[in-house]
Amino acid sequence: MSTTAEMLLTVEHLTMRFGGLVAIDDLSFEARNREITSIIGPNGAGKTTVFNCLTGFYKPTVGRLILNHPKSGNTYFLERMEGFKVAQVAHVGRTFQNIRLFGQMSVLENLIVAQHNVLMKASKFSIAGLLRLPVYMRAEREAIDLATYWMDKVGLTDKADWDSQNLPYGDQRRLEIARAMCTRPVMLCLDEPAAGLNPRESLELNDLLVSIRDDHGIGLLLIEHDMSVVMGISDHIVVLDHGRKIADGDPAAVREDPAVIKAYLGEEEDEELPPEVAQDLATSGTGGKP
Amino acid sequence: MADTVIDTKKPGLMVGWLDLGAMLKECVITALLSAVLFLPFIALHADTGGSGGLVIETRWDSWAWFVLAAFVGRALLVVWRENPSSRTRDMLAKTVVTPVGGFFRKNMVAIGLVALVLAVLFPISPFGNRYSVDVATTWMIYIMLGWGLNIVVGLAGLLDLGYVAFYAVGAYSYALLSQTFGWSFWVCLPLAGVFAAFFGVILGFPVLRLRGDYLAIVTLGFGEIIRVILLNWYNVTNGPDGISGIERPTLFGLEFGRNAAEGGTTFHDFFGLEYSTMYRVVFLFYLILALAVLTNLFTQRIRKLPVGRAWEALREDEIACRSLGMNPTNIKLSAFALGAMFGGFAGSFFATRQGFISPESFTFIESAVILAIVVLGGMGSQIGVVIAAFFLIVLPEMAREFEQYRMLVFGAAMVAVMVWRPRGLLSYRDPTILFSKITGRKSTGREHQA
Ligand SMILES: Nc1ncnc2c1ncn2[C@@H]1O[C@H](COP(=O)(O)OP(=O)(O)OP(=O)(O)O)[C@@H](O)[C@H]1O
Ligand SMILES: [Mg+2]
Repeated sequence: MSTTAEMLLTVEHLTMRFGGLVAIDDLSFEARNREITSIIGPNGAGKTTVFNCLTGFYKPTVGRLILNHPKSGNTYFLERMEGFKVAQVAHVGRTFQNIRLFGQMSVLENLIVAQHNVLMKASKFSIAGLLRLPVYMRAEREAIDLATYWMDKVGLTDKADWDSQNLPYGDQRRLEIARAMCTRPVMLCLDEPAAGLNPRESLELNDLLVSIRDDHGIGLLLIEHDMSVVMGISDHIVVLDHGRKIADGDPAAVREDPAVIKAYLGEEEDEELPPEVAQDLATSGTGGKP
Repeated sequence: MADTVIDTKKPGLMVGWLDLGAMLKECVITALLSAVLFLPFIALHADTGGSGGLVIETRWDSWAWFVLAAFVGRALLVVWRENPSSRTRDMLAKTVVTPVGGFFRKNMVAIGLVALVLAVLFPISPFGNRYSVDVATTWMIYIMLGWGLNIVVGLAGLLDLGYVAFYAVGAYSYALLSQTFGWSFWVCLPLAGVFAAFFGVILGFPVLRLRGDYLAIVTLGFGEIIRVILLNWYNVTNGPDGISGIERPTLFGLEFGRNAAEGGTTFHDFFGLEYSTMYRVVFLFYLILALAVLTNLFTQRIRKLPVGRAWEALREDEIACRSLGMNPTNIKLSAFALGAMFGGFAGSFFATRQGFISPESFTFIESAVILAIVVLGGMGSQIGVVIAAFFLIVLPEMAREFEQYRMLVFGAAMVAVMVWRPRGLLSYRDPTILFSKITGRKSTGREHQA
């Protein structure tokens, strides 16, 4: 775990209003490179909205989203960028809470489409592609290699030619992560990747995310309800409730935070925690990873 | 309509598994409905009377036949649907539809090649007379239009109801360029494609944010706008009178008329043949065949390129596309432009074949027919377009006596396909790249997928 990691993302005073509804209220936090930063909170807390602001799907009402691109050294103000440019130029990748694959296209095709911009450049307005010039064929070969690498990594090589809509749920989740990684992002935003996975798949996912962080050296933002995942692999946790940040720190600190316990368990502070919940909270820190 | 009628009522007069009472009720409802519907269509018939005005005559006998047909048809449908033993629908699916689909699927390339060879041999075969080659040429035009529209609708998933506009732009571009500058068909053909593509982009810009029904309505409007402009811009387009005397195409400078223009040579003189109008007809057929094959090959190839894959990805999920850094604007515009370009090619062919064009050839119904060809054939299916175009263009052409019922059959065919093959006659999608093929690994069979 890297403690000296450089700053990747700085969110300053992010506010998002939908008409009268304040979905995010003056949120500021930071995420470092080569770290997993988790955003947790009850349903409707505004987590997905944060992602939508970060990835250019929503324009924030107020606030600043600064990305320090670790490879090029550039600084990008994500809130000013046109939707697809966030992924194309600033290299922020994401997955969706309700999986969004190209259903009728095969697993391999999904991963190749993700490399669209690289391939498009090599195909020189499709002319090099139509003529099968070496410059394009080489690029396509490389795209297939990268896709193969990620298929191996998420265990989908055997199903490479399946239509992605026919994959089991867990495979679809992993394919979506692989597809985002094929865009070679510097920051990857994962919206509830463990939702709907069984405990074994959930453990495998932990390993995958840790490997993405350590082997590929990128920063991850993770929205997750599954505490075994969150507590097991997060380097840093931000807790949201009703659009406001109520806690921010490492997993151990967040787990003890009275405001967090209150948000998760309701208003009755004086009451004893139900025993099974207390145990859950106590064990979840070690339960996630060996 | 009344699918639940039989199940919800307590059984009345039962004959075996058939509930006669419920069936009768269903049939009567159907008959009543069709009686009302056919009243204006069939029973009342407007005709020009002796004095030149319109007179309405009644045709109660035909009307009664239609209502009776609806009654009997519904009865048969109920028997067929309720019959538990035969399960005709499943049988049909098992014995005909699936194997036929599988056959087409497995032998795509072979079928395509055989079809191409047959098409090439057709004009010189015993079936190839003036009339049949002419009909085949029309068929080819619609196949080409279908393949062109397939790029927009089948691949990119953008529902375009105004495709005929590009056909018109191509036709008028050729006619005007050739008449104004005296350029030959072969010079004007690419230009017409470029103009049509340009109009594709012009249409594309305002509809970038629209999808589905809204997109369909705007494109429909666009098609009408083009037609209205052609109708009213009298100075340029000659309005409703159209443009006549459009130059015919030449084969490497050889003309197909009886007498050559000054300094020209005619085809029959050059080869020392008797003059025959057949030469031109056959030449036009080969020309459109070549253009259609070009369209097809281009589509097959571009599907495997980044642009083509992006079109399909856009059809599947635009939001996912944006999250991968793909620019939806460029992807949509390229689909509109390339689809329009092939419409433009087909349009200039149409102009040179007819020698005369007017806005009347480019009405909305043309767009509807082309779209129907794509949808009935199975979106994205190349062979499907050929078959659907046969049913929608060639059959009505061969059965001219039944002209009146053309729209009726058209509608019935649409309904039938939507009921039994909701995704078109031959709808399946081959992946643009197969991992098992490029790596030779065996375990990746698509057959195993859930
Ligand atoms: N496009 C929108 N228009 C209006 N309201 C919205 C929009 N998107 C989100 N909201 C509202 O913002 C609030 C936060 O929603 P968000 O989806 O971010 O919650 P979340 O934390 O992701 O919840 P969950 O855990 O259920 O996914 C909700 O009240 C939601 O209804
Ligand atoms: Mg959410």
